[in-house]
Amino acid sequence: MIIGNAKPLEEILEMLEPFDKIIVAGCNGCVTVCRVGGQKEVEITASALRLARESAGRPIEIREETLERQCDPEYLEQLRPFVEDYQAVLSLACGAGVQFMAEKYQSTPLLPGINTDFIGVTERQGEWSERCQACGDCVLHLTGGICPVTRCSKSLFHGPCGGSVDGHCEIDKSVACGWQLIIDRLKALDRLDMYEKLRPMKDWRTSRDGGPRRIIREDLTQ
Amino acid sequence: MKAGSNLEKVLAAGHFAVTAECGPPRGADPEGMRKKIGFIKGNVDACNVTDNQTSVVRMSSMAGCLLLKEAGVEPLMQMVVRDRNRIALQSDLLGAAALGIHNLLCLSGDHQTFGDDPQAKNVYDIDSIQLIDLVRRLRDEGKFPSGKELAGAPKVFIGCAVNPFADPFEIRVPRLALKAEAGADFVQTQCIFNLDKFERYMEDVRKRKLHEKVAVLAGVTPLKSAGMAKFMKKNVAGMDIPEEVIKRISAVDKKEQAKVGIEMCVEMIHKLRKIEGVRGVHVMAIEWERKLHKIISQADLLPRPAI
Repeated sequence: MIIGNAKPLEEILEMLEPFDKIIVAGCNGCVTVCRVGGQKEVEITASALRLARESAGRPIEIREETLERQCDPEYLEQLRPFVEDYQAVLSLACGAGVQFMAEKYQSTPLLPGINTDFIGVTERQGEWSERCQACGDCVLHLTGGICPVTRCSKSLFHGPCGGSVDGHCEIDKSVACGWQLIIDRLKALDRLDMYEKLRPMKDWRTSRDGGPRRIIREDLTQ
Repeated sequence: MKAGSNLEKVLAAGHFAVTAECGPPRGADPEGMRKKIGFIKGNVDACNVTDNQTSVVRMSSMAGCLLLKEAGVEPLMQMVVRDRNRIALQSDLLGAAALGIHNLLCLSGDHQTFGDDPQAKNVYDIDSIQLIDLVRRLRDEGKFPSGKELAGAPKVFIGCAVNPFADPFEIRVPRLALKAEAGADFVQTQCIFNLDKFERYMEDVRKRKLHEKVAVLAGVTPLKSAGMAKFMKKNVAGMDIPEEVIKRISAVDKKEQAKVGIEMCVEMIHKLRKIEGVRGVHVMAIEWERKLHKIISQADLLPRPAI
């Protein structure tokens, strides 16, 4: 899922400076699961903002809404009947949700309430880590199910570099060396022979480097 | 001859090669570097010029190489894939070859979080092994990856680096095999202090006959003090300094430690020279270039062959 992180309240208050009547919009998708932008966080954020603005002598009116998803047009439509009664929307969805809402409501300022960080997994309650960079050309079948693009700090296709020590990466002892993980896994699978294959230079066009990406599936659009 | 560089000729003639390293300055003033070059001249077959090592901004490697050339020392340009994509890497390589730089060392580069600009975007469009493969194709096939012809192929002797001591040990030799397959002509190793481990590494290298494909230049560094040895052991990733090395240099008075450090370095070169498959030595006298002559002379490697 997409993992996000709350923006500091001070930063949000600064964004909200020109406004007195807003909607705080949550999303029931990924950001609910990683506990940063669901209904509960909408309530907490709205209360914190009301309190802060009241104590600053500039009370703010907030409507709390949590949509099923902010990345699908039909759910975004649910705000249409009343969105114009408000000066701005603070969205707690990921960057995709905030932007999609902004596209739908051209005359309403859209503000991001969270930072969108990565595509990752829940390691344990309160800990998430990155697994995928969405490069658009998966090689996990070649690398023991561990992604060199994401898990190696240098995205090497023939790692590890000389900085791998005791299983950790040169950048930080708390970061596992992605290539040590790949090699351990290939060994466990008895496929270390796969290590000694020259991999051609990656075609990054399928990644963000080819410009913003789009998928059109004719079987579904017709 | 693939590139016709002095280093290639020295190795081809069967001499035990000597290379050293020179870091460019953190500024535009070339005088400090010229002074260091003065200590290097006459003692080596080629001298590496680092490429923003430890991710700290320095004068470019290509400019440093030209300063060496100007002084009559053959340059060996280090190129890391951290900061440039394949377009810039190829362009700089063509420029370097046009300016008479015919030795190249292909490296990953330290991650940018080490330097003064940890906020920088890391590029890593290709990795160091893919760079070796790319350079070999430019040189030998005279074609860009697109298949289009080059107007003049770059004549470069292609090098790579290995750390025989980094983890995981079992893929260290396979990794050299990958580099050889990609097209490396020579390899410079990380500083060797653990001779036993390096001998085991070379044994595996010989088993796979990699030493016949790639000229191995064994890396050495003279220790200036016991403090330096301890610092390197603790802080440099993949640096293997055995306890007995630290004990030996710590056993003498501080004033005598530099002298012992040089003695140990010279002894190491003599021992490395006896290992089958070691074709030369890469002396990394970091900011201690003035001792280079003494080390190489005491290692009985002077004068350098003139070919």
